[in-house]
Amino acid sequence: MEIFLIDKIVLIVAVFGITLLFALYSTYAERKVAAFIQDRLGPNRAGIFGILQPLADGVKFFLKEEFIPAHADKALFILGPSVSMTTALMTSAVIPWGNSLELFDRVISLQITDLNIGILYVFAVVSIGVYGIMIGGWASNNKFSLLGALRASSQMISYEIAMGLSIIALVMTTGTLSLGEIVQQQNGSIFGISGASWNIIYQPLGFLIFMICAFAECNRTPFDLPESENELVGGYHTEYSSMKLGFFLFAEYTNMFISSAIMSSLYFGGYNFPFMDQLGLSHNLVTILGTTFLFAKIVMFIFLFMWVRWTLPRFRYDQLMRMGWKMLIPLALINIIITGLLIVVLK
Amino acid sequence: MDQVKNSQLSEFGIIFLFIISGILFAGLVMITSKVLRPHRPNEEKLTSYECGEDPVGNAWGQFNMRFYIIALIFILFEVEVVFLFPWATVFGNKKLIAATDGLWAWFSIGEMFIFIAILALGLAYAWARGYLDWVKPDQEIAQFKSPVPKKLYENINTKYSGKTTIER
Repeated sequence: MEIFLIDKIVLIVAVFGITLLFALYSTYAERKVAAFIQDRLGPNRAGIFGILQPLADGVKFFLKEEFIPAHADKALFILGPSVSMTTALMTSAVIPWGNSLELFDRVISLQITDLNIGILYVFAVVSIGVYGIMIGGWASNNKFSLLGALRASSQMISYEIAMGLSIIALVMTTGTLSLGEIVQQQNGSIFGISGASWNIIYQPLGFLIFMICAFAECNRTPFDLPESENELVGGYHTEYSSMKLGFFLFAEYTNMFISSAIMSSLYFGGYNFPFMDQLGLSHNLVTILGTTFLFAKIVMFIFLFMWVRWTLPRFRYDQLMRMGWKMLIPLALINIIITGLLIVVLK
Repeated sequence: MDQVKNSQLSEFGIIFLFIISGILFAGLVMITSKVLRPHRPNEEKLTSYECGEDPVGNAWGQFNMRFYIIALIFILFEVEVVFLFPWATVFGNKKLIAATDGLWAWFSIGEMFIFIAILALGLAYAWARGYLDWVKPDQEIAQFKSPVPKKLYENINTKYSGKTTIER
């Protein structure tokens, strides 16, 4: 019993560590990708190829002076970024990071907990994430912040509906809300290739809607209106400085990592990879390889996030709302209907 | 699964543990940075940013009504989405379909299509009423030619205000 608890605590610490490391190095990767796309060099002073740059930034966040505006609501001003950061970290509890390992005669699952309502949990936590931005932007008592916060909350709730509807179509095909089971189901073989029966094959439209909504939920370009720097200065974090600003930025990169992980798990097979059961490898080796593949998929998605950011211009606000309400929601409803009819007819 | 049942921690207990660690992490980092960083505020530093000017008024005023409407529509849809989740898990259930000779699937899909149709009707209503349009067309003042001449209105106004037109 105690051993089980120790397993879980070690796993929690490891997941926290990996999440933070990924978020930290996403900032570095973003600057390098931006530099590559714009034909520049990017950070190259701290360490070889500027590899220590994120650490230097982190130290700076700790050491810089911080101002809380005299007219701000102080308690909420502190609460805002804390809520953002905490909710960003909370989602990773239900993501299956790998199959199980057989160590010392025990089976250790690489998922912290396989909640039977895993997707609903993710959905709920993402919804709480809106509060961090809203509280932070409102508490600043600054017009730019308030506008940014309003835009952010309005955008996030609009795209949340389409996201929920696209997940429903997926749940109809899988019949379960548990992320662990959804990933396991994708282990099936297709055209004789084991571990390749990914949900993207059954839900291409659903995936597209989900991905667009994930971009909007993370406030990434082309949906970065809440912090559009050339109209709203810094959007909801205009008044923030030092570690609290760091929390907001860190939360954004953590969200990006987590939504990449969720997209990989829901639609791209999670830790499954083609030919995984046909190679004749031992169970542990397959698990380790699977986790590696999962992280490869996550890195690909993070790269996609960055690629889109440095390629596409930002939407106008009316375009954003039109796309959310008049295109994605009807499309998601149609997707549900088509999925339902297909399931009934084929079964 | 058996492991979880044997331990004293339920699945939600682990989630709780995870949330606690998240809050602890955020709190610890906040406190550490508070200890490390300098703190030398002055009046200029503590003013709200407004492009270098002195801030005018308070930001906690009114804001656009449309945000409320969007939030209201959102709540309606979100509740419907929550109702769809449990349905989606049992909809394709093979046992139920087999037990009812395939009737279950048709029954559940028909039921839910009515539900989704109502949802879509609500969306269509909001759409037709223009609640989803962010850019509103300019308001035009209706051209209405009253058969009553303007002179008559003025006479009534002057009569009951107790003042002549010039005085007003």
